[in-house]
Amino acid sequence: MRTLQVAQGVAWRTLHNVLTNPSLLIPSVVFPLFFFTAFAGGLSNIRNVPGFDFPSGYTAFQFVFVLLQSAAFGGVFTGFGIARDFESGFARRLLLAAPNRAGIVYGYALAAIGRWLITATVLTTVALAVGMNVGGSGVDLVGLFTLALLLNLAAVLWAAGVAMRFRTMQAGPVMQFPVFVVLFFAPVYVPLALLQGWIHGVATYNPLTRIVEAGRGLLSGDPTEVGLAYATGVALVLLFSLWALRGLRSAERAG
Amino acid sequence: MLGRRSVVRTVRQPANVIAPLLFPMLLLAVNSGGLKAETNLPGFPTNSFVAFALAVPFIQGALFATMNTGTDLARDIQTGFLNRLALTPMRGTALLCGNLGGVVVLSLVQAAVYLGVGMITGVRIASGPAGVVTLFAFAALVGLGFGALGAFAALRTGSGEAVQSLFPAFFVFLFISSMNIPRNLIEATWFRDAATANPVSYLLEAVRSLIITGWDGEALALGFGIATVVAVVALAASSWALRVRMAR
Repeated sequence: MRTLQVAQGVAWRTLHNVLTNPSLLIPSVVFPLFFFTAFAGGLSNIRNVPGFDFPSGYTAFQFVFVLLQSAAFGGVFTGFGIARDFESGFARRLLLAAPNRAGIVYGYALAAIGRWLITATVLTTVALAVGMNVGGSGVDLVGLFTLALLLNLAAVLWAAGVAMRFRTMQAGPVMQFPVFVVLFFAPVYVPLALLQGWIHGVATYNPLTRIVEAGRGLLSGDPTEVGLAYATGVALVLLFSLWALRGLRSAERAG
Repeated sequence: MLGRRSVVRTVRQPANVIAPLLFPMLLLAVNSGGLKAETNLPGFPTNSFVAFALAVPFIQGALFATMNTGTDLARDIQTGFLNRLALTPMRGTALLCGNLGGVVVLSLVQAAVYLGVGMITGVRIASGPAGVVTLFAFAALVGLGFGALGAFAALRTGSGEAVQSLFPAFFVFLFISSMNIPRNLIEATWFRDAATANPVSYLLEAVRSLIITGWDGEALALGFGIATVVAVVALAASSWALRVRMAR
């Protein structure tokens, strides 16, 4: 019970900070819209490349990637807030006050979910408004958004682990850069089958490829490798939960 | 003296040197791998996407130049160094030129690295050795212009954070351009119009013409023309901002 109360308190405060501070809220909403515009608008001719056979069109193809990207970066941006809390000394007071400190990590994770839901709502509304074709059923769409949610959780837990070990905003690139690399070494612009050369090899073994490809399958109503994608998502969440909780212990030891 | 200080200060900050070299190369690697299939589109000007995309690091590197110059100058303002300089008989133009010295040198180094990486991966410069010299001149001009823009932002705001906050705005200009696809192959009319109105498209196309086409007078005239206008306007604006800032 105490864990839940701590998590609720931390989540409420973090969300309150984000919602009342435009410099925190606006970039996390605007950047996915910008990438969606740049990719789906500028590169729509890629649907004419021989072998590109995504049934719902290029807008839907890019929507899935940008949705997953927004989920991952929503988690990373929440990690920036954790680092800021350590720099300002707030996190240390939080460590002293919380009867169960694991609740702090869960609270940040809840806040990341809340924050991403705002971005996802705006992004989906815009995508539907510009005529994105959705071939999947309601169940498929729930599957897609749940996959994105798993990615959001994995990213915030990764970023929390980094933030709690370094306890400074200067660790921002350490949180952001690996996520950026993993995201962009997945099939961003074309399906995996159309990637050529070294990036095909990298993307084949990139765990995020399974999530991106399954997400696209769910949106178009042609689910592929969904079980593998979910297994990957859950594995990432479990792995980074351990990473975040060990980061918390590191912060506790540092005092 | 100030030029030397600017160069030394740039070299002594690894983040200022590594980021403009590493990030554009990473984006080049990602895009040239991921978008290679685009070369199968009818009308695509080359069968090497690396050759097509090699123009992007030149402009992206210039964006980093804007941030570096602006942030360094803002730091001089915040630490009071500029106020101390204002007590000397030094002319404002000398201060500005000195500060931009570092960014021009860095632009030339960046151009050498980008071209080197391109050639290692098999890109051949269609305009030959004279084209390579032209590319270096263009990189220096673009670096100077964008650096002056950064200096203007720093002199007007006096804040490194304010200068850094310009980065996303510049990034929007880069992405809403012919960065990833030739303008005539952009399907969405509104995006093609936006890319056509965006001066960054012409900067990219000038570099691209030297690499892919050879000597394309129109592309070079537009690219050099826009880069010159940006440089002249930004230098004039930053000189004015400097006079206001250094009012004795």
